[in-house]
Amino acid sequence: MEDQIVAVRLTVNGVNHRLFVEPRRLLSDALREDLGLTGTNVGCEHGSCGACTVLVDGQSVRSCLMFAVQANGKQISTVEGLASGTEMHPLQRAFWEQQGLQCGFCTPGFLMTAVELLEHNPDPSEQEIRSALSGNICRCTGYQHIVDAVKQAAQNIKAEVKA
Amino acid sequence: MTTETQTNGYTWIGKDLKRKEDPSLLMGTAKYTNDLTLPGMLHAAVLRSPYPHARIKRIDSSAAKKLPGVYAVLTGAEMAAIIGPVPCFAAEPVVEHALAVEKVRYAGEAVVAVAAESRYVAEDALDLVEIEWEPLPAVVDMLAAMQPGAPKVHENLDSNVVFDRTFTFGDVAGDFAKADKVIKRRLRWPRATAAPMETSGAICAFDPASGRMDIYSNNNFLNYVAWVIAAMLKLPPHMVTWHPMYVGGSFGSKHVLGKVVGIAGALSKVTGRPVKFMEDRIDNLAANDSHAADRWYDAELAVTNAGQFLSYRLHTVDDYGAYFMFAITGNTNMMAQITGPYTIKSCETGIKAVLTNKNQQTVFRGAGSDVGNWILERMVDAAADELGIDGAELRRKNFIQPEQFPYKMPTGNVYDSGNYEGVLRTALEHFDMQHWRNEQEAARKQGRYIGIGLATAQQRSTFSATEFWFHNPHPATGLTTTPESVRLSVGPTGGITVTMFSTFWGNSPETVVSTVVAEEFGVDPAEVTVNYDTTASGLPSAGPGGSRLTVMLSMAVKGASTKVKDKMFKIAAHLLEANPEDLELKEGRVQVKGSPDKGMTIAEIGMKAFWHKLELPADMESGLEGSFTADHPYTTMPNEDRTDLGAFYPIMGHACHIAVVEVDVETGKVEVLKFLAVHDVGTVVNPRSLQGQIRGGIAQGLGIALLEEVRYSEDGQNLSSTFIDYLLPTASEVPNIEVYHHVTPSPFTAYGVKGGGEGGRMVAPPAITRAVEDALKPFGVQINEMPITPEKVVSWVGKGA
Repeated sequence: MEDQIVAVRLTVNGVNHRLFVEPRRLLSDALREDLGLTGTNVGCEHGSCGACTVLVDGQSVRSCLMFAVQANGKQISTVEGLASGTEMHPLQRAFWEQQGLQCGFCTPGFLMTAVELLEHNPDPSEQEIRSALSGNICRCTGYQHIVDAVKQAAQNIKAEVKA
Repeated sequence: MTTETQTNGYTWIGKDLKRKEDPSLLMGTAKYTNDLTLPGMLHAAVLRSPYPHARIKRIDSSAAKKLPGVYAVLTGAEMAAIIGPVPCFAAEPVVEHALAVEKVRYAGEAVVAVAAESRYVAEDALDLVEIEWEPLPAVVDMLAAMQPGAPKVHENLDSNVVFDRTFTFGDVAGDFAKADKVIKRRLRWPRATAAPMETSGAICAFDPASGRMDIYSNNNFLNYVAWVIAAMLKLPPHMVTWHPMYVGGSFGSKHVLGKVVGIAGALSKVTGRPVKFMEDRIDNLAANDSHAADRWYDAELAVTNAGQFLSYRLHTVDDYGAYFMFAITGNTNMMAQITGPYTIKSCETGIKAVLTNKNQQTVFRGAGSDVGNWILERMVDAAADELGIDGAELRRKNFIQPEQFPYKMPTGNVYDSGNYEGVLRTALEHFDMQHWRNEQEAARKQGRYIGIGLATAQQRSTFSATEFWFHNPHPATGLTTTPESVRLSVGPTGGITVTMFSTFWGNSPETVVSTVVAEEFGVDPAEVTVNYDTTASGLPSAGPGGSRLTVMLSMAVKGASTKVKDKMFKIAAHLLEANPEDLELKEGRVQVKGSPDKGMTIAEIGMKAFWHKLELPADMESGLEGSFTADHPYTTMPNEDRTDLGAFYPIMGHACHIAVVEVDVETGKVEVLKFLAVHDVGTVVNPRSLQGQIRGGIAQGLGIALLEEVRYSEDGQNLSSTFIDYLLPTASEVPNIEVYHHVTPSPFTAYGVKGGGEGGRMVAPPAITRAVEDALKPFGVQINEMPITPEKVVSWVGKGA
């Protein structure tokens, strides 16, 4: 086991990386510990809370349920890649304005899930938002402020696209 | 959804300001405990007992020690030679170690810890540890554990009933004798767990050269308990520097973290390297300090036929699990508001705390007052049914009236202020009762079952330390203060920085502090910098918990501001050749009243204070800063025989919740159609943040009412050790909750603020329970337990039909 080290190429937030990992290394650990991208939080390690959600080739994935080797050659987006420099992503801005977070631990997972939602459905109804977010657990907010934030971000993005 | 606009006379307090905490949390740069990696750091993992009760006969860790990458393997006996027992705040002799010594007392108790180059290797090493066990009979059911001859969880105790005392307040027997009717119920509150999204963890870095240790951990009582933890680690407190970290939720589960810090600390002491121990989710659900009240109640409410409540009698058996860290805190806590918002003259509460082979109980948002509210509101609903009086009307009839405050309730606690009838009126004004009764009737004709539930209950805030020990005739400690401090400094260019000694745990301390500074100095809150400090330079702080931090930080910031402003006024008066009394601070400028052109900005005063000593008044020190420690605003001692517990939780909020549910009697599913909440927590500092706390609390209340329960099998296995088995509410179950704020300021706190962090969870369960009961009225269902699972609903409907 200790002799099995595999080279993996990952593109994370647009940056190419080459890592040498054990086949059993979780993608979440590779991101957090090998690449120092600690914005992705791990809440349960059994795929049920959604805190560690990242996008792999544009699709939301629980990084605690994927091995780093399975992500070889893929494009990965994490919460650190959302902002442009100091300029927040419209979803981050809306979460700030609507107070869509309290402790913030689940927030990166919600943001990445919402990025995927708005990518496919730029004008979601409240029900569609709730249904898209229902695989992520937040213990603090009671969800409404998160739903409000996603709604507001969708409107802001539409307005920005028009302008 | 809805927030009433406040016109409270303040510039910043009461505004929906964006939170100061959020940008770094949103951009992923805030550092939680697990985000930190120190040079040379090792990773720990823990082997847990598969047995609920067993003697450890032999542990062979030789193969684990030989695994490449393993630095240390410790058994409980070995660890007990390095560190002391986990801090316990009970007078009773119940001893707990971070790793079990000699025997395990619950399934999931830690027995061996490993430090290795990675968590992966540490867990590999655990697989190589061999343990020879002698399984012992387990006591799982609390009532069985009370029987003579039941296997003992702790051999040094006479029985598993570790605490048994009845407290009587007022003439209970006399008041019961006057009753026309006594309402009786047997009620069951289930074991739930806080389950914050971030598990508990610690990095301990012991430096063998200096003998000092740095601790980085998501404990939220760091400046309250660091000295106690240092004693456990067998280090002098001044040799331990505890660093505050962002905390990913606690809800009461991260107050001490003795086990987590003990494991990391002991491994760091033996390896001389920094060691990180983060619980995984199974560690957390099985063994964290976050299981909560698990109680049977026999309750009696003495009433007149006209609906007046006379007296209240409660007898509880509470399953504390295997240890007793906070003694019966969860039961003493509810004595702060045991008779609720009602003018009940006397009460009696008997408490039997029982030890069983389960993870120990500590506290979870509400800390037992959540339980007290549910029990009392169940009894009020039962009284309404038996007397044939409308529930809202019955409550109104018994409310303490606004002119009766400050109100001393039977246990001796004092309620500072309130307007319970006003809160109920606001709730009913926003809730169209007639509409929902019509809907209910129409639905029943179609074979659908809609129900409405209303609860009016207290939300105590701002605890005093006397609640930790007053239940004991001879307390081991007699702490009498729960202070909170800040240090406020104005720099040479006028920037204001406030240092706190409390932590962020999902609340909004930075937002509160900057809002109050803005109010005091007339500056923009965005310009105020807020820091957290380590224990090394810590001023007294009891941290967040018991809905105290907004109250205490407001007082502390106001006190520190007063000191700093006093010096600013002296400097300005000296330089402007004016009397300090003739000056005022407006929009960041100290100026002469009536001649606003004659004045100095905060920056100008800061520059003089720092670098122009010869221009300052004689004997004045350079610099511009002030520290202030706010003590509890109103607390008194309990009397000797504990017939009066004194004022210990006097900053009293109140709320009315109304829930509408639809119950599918075929599947047992309960859907919340509407939820309305009116909260009165005095002056509101940030309405949107408070709304978030209320909504989040209600989601947790919905959780315990419908979903959440830590279950153990009959033979003592924890059946709820993943989020697949311990169900948390999701965006699909929690509705859009309407929130309204009613404002009755506290006379005892700065700006009239009361704490509001727990109220949502403390009031929602009885409203939801009543709504389900109302929906199932045609089936004659009486609900005496939670969670109201689909299985139970189907069985009740089957029996009643």
